[in-house]
Amino acid sequence: MSTDAPEVAMSIASPMTAKIRIDKVVKGFPTQKGRLDVISGLDFEVRDGEFVAIVGPSGCGKTTLMNIIAGFLAPDAGNVLVDGKPRLEPDRNGVLITQQGSVFPWLTVKQNLLFGLPDEMPNREALADEYADLVGLEGFENNYPHELSGGMLKRAEIARALVVKPQILYMDEPFSALDALMSLRMQNELLRILAKEKHTVMLITHDVEEAIHLADRILVLSPRPARIQASFDVSLPHPRRVSSPEAQALRVSILRELGVELAV
Amino acid sequence: MNRLARALSSIGVIAGVVALWWAIVVWTQSAIFPTPWQVVTGTLELAEDGTLWEHIGASLMRVGIGFGIAVLLAIPLGLWMGRVRGAFVTLNPIFQILRPISPIAWIPIAILWFGVGNASPIYLIFIASVFPMIVQTTAGVHTIEKRYLRAAENFGVPRDKLFRKVIFPAALPDIIVGMRIGLGVAWLVVVAAEMIALRSGLGYMIIDSRNAGNRYDLVIAGMIIIGLIGLGLDGIMRLLESMKNVRWRYVH
Repeated sequence: MSTDAPEVAMSIASPMTAKIRIDKVVKGFPTQKGRLDVISGLDFEVRDGEFVAIVGPSGCGKTTLMNIIAGFLAPDAGNVLVDGKPRLEPDRNGVLITQQGSVFPWLTVKQNLLFGLPDEMPNREALADEYADLVGLEGFENNYPHELSGGMLKRAEIARALVVKPQILYMDEPFSALDALMSLRMQNELLRILAKEKHTVMLITHDVEEAIHLADRILVLSPRPARIQASFDVSLPHPRRVSSPEAQALRVSILRELGVELAV
Repeated sequence: MNRLARALSSIGVIAGVVALWWAIVVWTQSAIFPTPWQVVTGTLELAEDGTLWEHIGASLMRVGIGFGIAVLLAIPLGLWMGRVRGAFVTLNPIFQILRPISPIAWIPIAILWFGVGNASPIYLIFIASVFPMIVQTTAGVHTIEKRYLRAAENFGVPRDKLFRKVIFPAALPDIIVGMRIGLGVAWLVVVAAEMIALRSGLGYMIIDSRNAGNRYDLVIAGMIIIGLIGLGLDGIMRLLESMKNVRWRYVH
């Protein structure tokens, strides 16, 4: 069997099938000093199965952008198209995972996983157990979130998102609240899970190394109003070593776009 | 060890108050005010002839019915007002005006509407406990963190499931707080209501003991029993707070 078959398949699929299309999106907020433009005319596409990371300076509107893409916020102008159809409200086909997390504290891990599954679904219990196992939470199904560590809580959130079999994961600084070691561990976990189930992923992060570690492509946003300032393809094979010369060179370039000069 | 020390210190304070009370009664040679021992014997007397249990039962029954009706009305109404902005805007002002009116002020109207039977105190208990529970339930829904509502929205579950799995359990700790307040107020009110026009209940027992021969030992016995039952009722409500699915509000 040829090992480069998946890459061939991906390159064939690339330009024609945009899974997500951000089409001239504009968003501003009224303030006391008048209108504040957060996003002015943003355009980009995400291919099916692609992992796109968006980095940008803090306050540049990354979270606003993610809320628009995930359907929680309507743009003032422009469109978000998923599979060619305008996205008007959130749905289970694309699940948002945020920094603060939203695992329901009043439900057990198992009940959280069951939440998104229809009550009449015959194999929902088994499916919930399967995904608890997948993220390494076997034995904790009946625990409440406050009994879990930060890393386990993140696993629970990822499992709850994946169990409804979404095509897209929207991740807004998902691991930022974890300590550095746990963040790295969760990045590896995410890659392991994504290798099993191919999802389209949009990740927002301020951590350039995290973006290099995970993404197929990295978009750098400008300060407000946000537009795409630069785009980097990350062609390094997984598992990636962020300390490799190629990765470090990429990191320097991205940081330079963000206005940080590093001595190499 | 710490727990034991705390228990001992509160028992010590109670013993001190009783001792002081006893000393003052003996010292002033009061003919009317009873000693603690007279209160104990008076209580035993009532317990033996069974009237004590009848009074306690009557009071608890009235509280049970009045508070029960209030719970059944306040929780759905509070949830609705918490979720539906129009309901909140329309109903909140009238509840905010009715809420500060002392239940005692309702007594004449209660008698006018319901006479001097059981219905009057039950109505007063209802009116006293329903408002704090509505307010607290509504506040519980209003303070649900947006991230949880968004997550629920993301999974696109049907409305009834949203209520069962998100809105109600998220507001439950506040609902329980409301019920604690409501039951506390209900217990305060039943005694006051029974003092007016009934022939049973702990409130009646107190007034009747005074009127029928200055039995102040029974007056004080009634007061102490009211205090102890109030403590017990609050303890039951606190048990609700220790339920596993509301613990999350009290950790961290």
